[in-house]
Amino acid sequence: MRQLGKLALPALVAAALAPVMMPAQAADTVKMSVVAFLSGPAAGPFGVPSRNGAEVVIAAINAGKLPAPYNTVGLAGRLIDAEYIDESGGNTKQVAEYRNMVEKRGVDVALGYISSGTCEALTPVAEELKKLTVYAVCGTPRIFEDARRSYVFRTMSHATSDNVAAAYYVKEHFPKIASYTAINQNYAWGQDSFRDFDATMQLITKARSSAKLQWPKIFQGQYSTEISALLLDKADLIHTSFWDGDLEGFIFQANTRGLFKKKKAIFTVAETSVYRLNKLMPDGLMVGARGPYGAIVRNRGSELNKWLITAYKDRYGQYPSGPAYQYAQAVLAVKIAYDAAAKAAGGFPTQDQVSAAMKGSSFESFSTHVKMSLGDGHQASTENGYGITKWDAKAGELKLEKVKFYPADCINPPEGTTSVDWIKGGMQGAKC
Amino acid sequence: MDTAITILLDGLVFSSYLFIVSVGLTIIFGVMKILNVAHGAFYAWGAYTAAFLIGLAANAGWPDWAGFGIILFSAILVGLVLGLVLERGILQFMYHRDEVLIVLATFGSFLVLEDVILLVFGVNPYFAFQPMVLLGSVQLGGIARDTYGLTLIGLAVVVATGCWLMLKRTRWGKLLSAVIYDRELSVTMGLDVTRVYIVTFTLGAMFGALGGAYIAPTVSVAPGFGIDVIVLSFAVVVIGGMGSVPGAMIGALAVGLVRALAVHKFPQLELFVIYAVMATVLVFRPEGLFAPVKVRRI
Repeated sequence: MRQLGKLALPALVAAALAPVMMPAQAADTVKMSVVAFLSGPAAGPFGVPSRNGAEVVIAAINAGKLPAPYNTVGLAGRLIDAEYIDESGGNTKQVAEYRNMVEKRGVDVALGYISSGTCEALTPVAEELKKLTVYAVCGTPRIFEDARRSYVFRTMSHATSDNVAAAYYVKEHFPKIASYTAINQNYAWGQDSFRDFDATMQLITKARSSAKLQWPKIFQGQYSTEISALLLDKADLIHTSFWDGDLEGFIFQANTRGLFKKKKAIFTVAETSVYRLNKLMPDGLMVGARGPYGAIVRNRGSELNKWLITAYKDRYGQYPSGPAYQYAQAVLAVKIAYDAAAKAAGGFPTQDQVSAAMKGSSFESFSTHVKMSLGDGHQASTENGYGITKWDAKAGELKLEKVKFYPADCINPPEGTTSVDWIKGGMQGAKC
Repeated sequence: MDTAITILLDGLVFSSYLFIVSVGLTIIFGVMKILNVAHGAFYAWGAYTAAFLIGLAANAGWPDWAGFGIILFSAILVGLVLGLVLERGILQFMYHRDEVLIVLATFGSFLVLEDVILLVFGVNPYFAFQPMVLLGSVQLGGIARDTYGLTLIGLAVVVATGCWLMLKRTRWGKLLSAVIYDRELSVTMGLDVTRVYIVTFTLGAMFGALGGAYIAPTVSVAPGFGIDVIVLSFAVVVIGGMGSVPGAMIGALAVGLVRALAVHKFPQLELFVIYAVMATVLVFRPEGLFAPVKVRRI
């Protein structure tokens, strides 16, 4: 019995340690970390729909139920083993979490990220660890303008296209605008957004910027004083790239004080609130979705778009907003790259083969055509659109009217040119 | 002229908000010598509870003015429950320990309470706009102002007057003043310090929750709601002198007015000015403008 005990003890220890000593994932799956804000002020408007958008597409990929031509099972035949990670907590935490994902949990693909600050912090780490990392949302153009990347991709357009398209939309729909002011969060996202909008407005219109621009802190929540300053400002138009809870709080507070009756306003990200606020959102706001996503493309009749709307609505009981589309698009881009790489390699591809397949690729996504044409083939370029909010009493929902799309080649800088240089140089080569 | 009136009103509205939130923090510090980081959680819980209940009431067809009663109820409820739970459940076991450990305990409580918010209320923001919409707007200084925001000034006056009357004109106030002045002497005089601590902490928690509950109708109540307010409240009480109610009022006024001036005239300095005021005060009066007199011990 003692002998048996001596034998049993190491066996038990070995059995207990077995899961720890085994590779982080089974060989027949592709382990994917999906990162989005699951707590904090950005979770409701951005993080949760992002996560849901990824989840619904991952489930369809694993079941082989995406519409053709993407209706094959898994990534190059292997199922996706997804984990969902909270993006909250700041850059330091996210870098540590990323290292854990890659070095301890052995993920094959890191996908997601909403905050521009986080993407900027992660990019050098992703390159150092040589791990395929696909940004789904974050906006700053600097990621691929500052340096060439090998392992990092972004599958939607960067913020420059949002703001160039915004300026075109203002010019076309409100040509009499003579001056504009702005309220943007005081960090890279807000500052870059206004910089591009301002430069484009100065280039394509005669309107001039107010001297007093508002730069509140991110997640400030209360804007009473800033709204007073905007009301006193003589500018005709307000530009804002507010997102998350700040966006919705600002809309409530400003609407109560009649700001939107006194001035026009263009919101580059406010599509995220169209379904959420519904009747609480005032008429007449110009809103964008950071691309052709969400309510902006609600009426597009492609099979892929109809599938996403139906699948998402069936699963979550609501229409997919922009972030849901953007994460769904990132997952789809990964599938397309894996499948193409496998076809070229004649078997399950290596990470380098997947990266090579994604670099410079071009594909039909749920609501638009995506070209990985910028940043040496690592940065997507798509069209972008805006619309104006209008309550539809008959349908009982807020809708977007006067929706206008601007082609990718009109609102994105050409390859090899930085956004700032392109706009300041007169947007040479733009095909509008 | 319009700009001057607007700056004054903006400053007063923001000062009032800061005072309501920070008065609880300074009362707790004055009596208990605890730097209560969990105060931000009281604020957030007050906001969530009010927003949730106002939403329920609206769905049940209650009139919009019921929101004001709900705000008060939420502040009392949250203050009573969380104040008692924290004081009796955690802090009473730590009074004899180092002050740094107590701060860490309140910080830990803050993080736990923030996470419990996620479990109870979820990640989606809450909107409780009914009281704000009910009061509409008025024209002042050439622009529309939300009347609800202006009522914050009235509420701050009520809170300040109430605190003054309680501290100066009631037996409880005299007991509190005695503990603030010298805790050990108060004990030797037979004062039930434990009871004073319980009441003080609960009252402070109620003020924190009242700030959150009252501001809830003007904002999107979202996770992480209590983080920024705790930093601002610390700035206010440091400027005014930790533990001083008049100090909190002066600190709030200083921060609110200077910030409003910056937003209107030098918006790029908005973030800087609050802490510039704090730093300036600390340079010339490290104990703050109205710090309670300390007993010289021999």
